[in-house]
Amino acid sequence: MASNLDVDVWRGAAQGAYRRYEVPRQDSQTVLDVVTWIQRRLDPTLAYRFACRVGMFGSCAMTVNGKARWTCRTHVAKVVQGNRLTIGPLANLTVVRDLVTDMREFFDKWARAKGQFSPTATRRDDFARIPPASPARREVDVAIECIGCGICYASCDVVAWNPAYLGPAALNRAWTLVNDSRDGEQAVRLAAVAGDAGCHACHTQSTCTERCPKLLSPTASIAGLKRATVRAALKGEL
Amino acid sequence: MAQRATAALLAVCVMAHLCTMIVAVRGGLTAADILGRTRGSAAWATFYSVFVLAVAIHAPIGLRTVIAEWLQWRGRAADACCVAVGLFLLALGWRAVAAVTL
Repeated sequence: MASNLDVDVWRGAAQGAYRRYEVPRQDSQTVLDVVTWIQRRLDPTLAYRFACRVGMFGSCAMTVNGKARWTCRTHVAKVVQGNRLTIGPLANLTVVRDLVTDMREFFDKWARAKGQFSPTATRRDDFARIPPASPARREVDVAIECIGCGICYASCDVVAWNPAYLGPAALNRAWTLVNDSRDGEQAVRLAAVAGDAGCHACHTQSTCTERCPKLLSPTASIAGLKRATVRAALKGEL
Repeated sequence: MAQRATAALLAVCVMAHLCTMIVAVRGGLTAADILGRTRGSAAWATFYSVFVLAVAIHAPIGLRTVIAEWLQWRGRAADACCVAVGLFLLALGWRAVAAVTL
């Protein structure tokens, strides 16, 4: 194993350049370890985001050798090309500085897709009884673990080509709510995900599913939304 | 909706058209033979007229998405262009159907 890594890191914002740093290689080193090493030992001006650094929050998502990855959960050994690494900010998002992106549009689209739960019960009502094995709950369960890391959004070609497209994460969350029988805003939600910028813009390229670090399938969720919106349209409910 | 409906219709039409062509070519039919069967036929006229109509609806909708995503061209002018392409396909298609069935 070569003793050093040559790491090209994006410095700047929309305008900028990759700067090369030499980082010692270590066993079980993650990409986040590399970025942290650079910022602490070589260049304190490097801006990057992280939170737990142990694979819970997804705040450390970055583009590594051309693909969006969860950097605290990505071993250098798995992605290094020879001894080269190229690290940049997530794609499809405005770069604030260096490896930090502005996530506002990502979350705004989440809201536009009606990705929030709208309760129908009050504190005086009994708990809702949802059998875990019911088909609807199963659909929710396989899609609910999204941590909002933005990797799917950064990997989606349609997001790149269609600025209004709500994106895989927002639509995936909307699907979990479509299947939630406690929610009271289903009609509004289906209308929100049915337009030109909604689920029908998805071309089923499935890069989102390929790259999701929580192994979710936004493609399947979006397919579900496509079925649900078509069904609603045929019934005249949309 | 229109896109999915016409897609379903086209799936059927395209299969039928492929089978027709294969039968015609394998059967060694000449142009004269084919015209002999299509001229004056209400069935062929109806089938191919519906086929052309489905294409004239389906293609412009798809084109609209492609030009929006690849050329970043959206709006009234882009939509008008797609409608024009649809009308053009309709005209050319129905003209061809008329030529072989009337």
